[in-house]
Amino acid sequence: MTAPIIVTLTVNGEPVNRAVEPRLTLADFLRDELGLKGTHVGCEHGVCGACTVHLNGATVRGCLTFAVQCEGAEVETVEGGTDSGRLKDLQDEFVARNALQCGYCTPGMLLSAAELLEQNPAPSRDEIREHLSGNYCRCTGYQAIVDAIETTARKRVELER
Amino acid sequence: MSDRSAVSVLDTPNSYIGRSVSRPNAKRLAQGRATYVDDIMLPRMVHLAFCRSPYAHAEILSIDGTAALALPGVLRVVTMADLQDYCTPWVGVLDHLKGIKSAPQWPLANGKVFFQGEPVVAIVASNRAIAEDAADLIEVDYKELPPVTDAETALDPDTPVIHPELGDNLCFERSIDSGDVDAAFASAAVVVEESFHFNRHTAVTLEPRSIICDYNPADENLTLHMSVQCPHMSKHLYAKHLGLDENKVRVICKDIGGSFGLKIHTYSDEMAAGALTVMLGRPVKFIADRLESFVTDIHARDHRVTAKMAFAQDGEVTAVEMDDITGIGPYSVYPRSSGIEMNQVVNLTAGPYKHLNYRVRARAVFQNKGVMCQYRGVGHPIAVAVGEALVDKGAAALGMDPAEVRRRSFIPDDAYPYTSPSGAIYERQSHRQSLDKLVTIMDYEGLRREQRALRERGVYRGIGFASLIEVTNPSPAFYGVGGARIASQDGCTIRLDPTGGITCATGVTEQGQGTETIIAQIAASAVGVAPGQVRVITGDTDVVPYGGGTWASRGAGIGGEAALQAGKELRRNILEVAGAILQTAPENLDVRDGMIVDAKGFNERMPLAELGRLVYFRGDTLPDGLQPELVATKHYVSRSYPFAFTNAAHACLAEVDVETGLVSLLKYWVVEDCGTVINPLLVAEQTRGGVVQGIGAALYEECLYSPEGQMINGSMADYLVPMAAEMPEIYVDHVTTPTETSELGAKGVGEAGTAGAPGAVMNAINDALEPFDTRLSHMPFTPDKILRALGKT
Repeated sequence: MTAPIIVTLTVNGEPVNRAVEPRLTLADFLRDELGLKGTHVGCEHGVCGACTVHLNGATVRGCLTFAVQCEGAEVETVEGGTDSGRLKDLQDEFVARNALQCGYCTPGMLLSAAELLEQNPAPSRDEIREHLSGNYCRCTGYQAIVDAIETTARKRVELER
Repeated sequence: MSDRSAVSVLDTPNSYIGRSVSRPNAKRLAQGRATYVDDIMLPRMVHLAFCRSPYAHAEILSIDGTAALALPGVLRVVTMADLQDYCTPWVGVLDHLKGIKSAPQWPLANGKVFFQGEPVVAIVASNRAIAEDAADLIEVDYKELPPVTDAETALDPDTPVIHPELGDNLCFERSIDSGDVDAAFASAAVVVEESFHFNRHTAVTLEPRSIICDYNPADENLTLHMSVQCPHMSKHLYAKHLGLDENKVRVICKDIGGSFGLKIHTYSDEMAAGALTVMLGRPVKFIADRLESFVTDIHARDHRVTAKMAFAQDGEVTAVEMDDITGIGPYSVYPRSSGIEMNQVVNLTAGPYKHLNYRVRARAVFQNKGVMCQYRGVGHPIAVAVGEALVDKGAAALGMDPAEVRRRSFIPDDAYPYTSPSGAIYERQSHRQSLDKLVTIMDYEGLRREQRALRERGVYRGIGFASLIEVTNPSPAFYGVGGARIASQDGCTIRLDPTGGITCATGVTEQGQGTETIIAQIAASAVGVAPGQVRVITGDTDVVPYGGGTWASRGAGIGGEAALQAGKELRRNILEVAGAILQTAPENLDVRDGMIVDAKGFNERMPLAELGRLVYFRGDTLPDGLQPELVATKHYVSRSYPFAFTNAAHACLAEVDVETGLVSLLKYWVVEDCGTVINPLLVAEQTRGGVVQGIGAALYEECLYSPEGQMINGSMADYLVPMAAEMPEIYVDHVTTPTETSELGAKGVGEAGTAGAPGAVMNAINDALEPFDTRLSHMPFTPDKILRALGKT
């Protein structure tokens, strides 16, 4: 069960092919095999949300997902969301509102927030807080993060008008 | 004292002090382009894991690492016997804490283990996973010894002594008996008493403790990539205990994923990484995982307090008496000691009030649990909660409003500077103004009406206040006088580059609080450029002036003042050169937005970039005898007062569901006075983050131990931290009383939120439960405890 297995997937739009140990988590795969250090490891037991990435469009915990489970999948990390511009308005609001201090939770927060705004373009503050209930931030107290996501949602709705 | 001239750069129209500038470095973090220690990969780097003690107290009979060493990828399996020649032990005591004692600590257990999680064997492997596999293969034969876990019985004669060579389990004791306490209590109109439990909790920084130690035997240089708040302190400690030339040690801190006081201490596993890089001559990386963090990171608080307060008939607080016992684990932590938190409790309880009669005894005792040491707020949450709970209880007994009792008991505005019964000296505080502003912005009267109306409908809301003082901007009185090489001064070197840009190297450090931004704002204001023209460098001991880094809310007040003075010096130097070039007196010129201008009329004379070009590349064209100095360094240390005390008034609106015991925090307000506000946005966010850490202590967070000394909730699934859904909206406002000790006038703000919140939350819960004639004072206030208090379980 420890022999390497070949896994083929798409990460941030680029095809990737690697032989990995079955026990290698997606978070470690992204960080150590692909050098995508924007995915952070905070607890390695699925609670803190620092390693949140998108797998086939939905958020997953990179520490609870094995790389070998991602055969044929599309994975997007904060680097991909930055390069594509998909996270740009969220990132701009996070910076403007100081919705990040140490920054360790931020990539996971952004990917959770992006998922929320795709599902619910005009969430209430309570809905935002509820959606972030799996992303731990020790620095901000969350209010600035809620503000930034709320403002992003409002600006997106205004843009579409 | 202050050099607050009429033309202070703080007051000029193009000053950036007081503006909510966003943080330029935040953009990088938001794009996932940060560099935390675990992101760094070095050539030939090896990885470290530990076999840790499963017991709280045991003797090590034998260690067998044969199977571990045989595992492919494992390079070394090391015990303390192997490290004896590479690292000297350390003892966490300070000279000025009279009588404090502790036992020597080594990088690995030396014959005995004293807490669960203590590192026993170090495994070096080609990657962390293999090192962990090997740790599982190590066989250690232990003989269990009786664990001492209960702080309250640690000093009993029949309790085993953890370190027999110390004689007893007492680490440190301090008492004060000031005024006539017995007479004050005898003549009091009302006396209230309470016992408090302050739960042991921990920092849970999202980035765990992280270090790469890189020793190069060829030039005998040691480079440490650390997640640490105090790079110069670490430079000294690693040199000292690894036997290296301190001049050849460099500490580099890039991005740091939160610290809150966790990352200012000496940890055995990190020091082991230092010893191993010297042994192996190649980089050694150690990243604590979350489970290791829970049992080996410093814990905080763990105090048992009984206290009583006397009141005059008019509501004035007249006396306080208190006994505090705190369990600090098996060692006083090096180099700051585990006596400081207790000392703060002694110094600061009921600090906003003018009572002169004060008696306290406090004791820190050893126990076989994780070590306890300084964490955000250091003693303040206990001092504030005890004082504020007793004030509320006294107000209830007197039938008075709790805000009014506070007003009547505050140190009067005309009494400053004021020396407290514990000897703390307060320059000037704004308790009354802060509380008055607080009750206005929260609509206190309206909330009381709503509270009464809702009670009729079986909805129980409570309002809790906490007025507080916070120690900031420390002088050497904290550590330097105790013999610790922890700098309380800090420095800033500022340079005009040929482009007209400014490079600014500061000894204070960035953990996300916004240090680099405020230093840029100050430097920009002092020199006369836009903040975007200032590049700030922090966290590299080879580059920045010698300084203390981040602790005790000192970055803005100490580091900021150094930046201000350095910037002013550079501006003077620039104007001298400009005057010589433009053939006018320097005082006829000014620098505004990167341009030399006439001081009167602001006509543009020369861009700084042109001055830079002439100085750096065309010195031949400068007037004879002119030697431009476009670099300036200034240092600052607080001298006139040992500390600058920030003050604040907090209020919490809570609702208690008396059927489920659940507490909902509906709103939270803070009026804080940190003196000059350099960046209102950052002050507000420091306050909010701090409040939420205090709420965590009040409602959720607790390191639970079994009687055998096993931490039984050491994972994020079991240890509760504040999450977004449960946290209230927090409103922040300001009163501004600049400290006269510096020209900048800034006091610290980083810890005040954490200091006030536990007391305010406790008071709000007790106010909500007032109709039920019950009180809670044992944190955290879990639903279970609340239901028990209501007699419902």
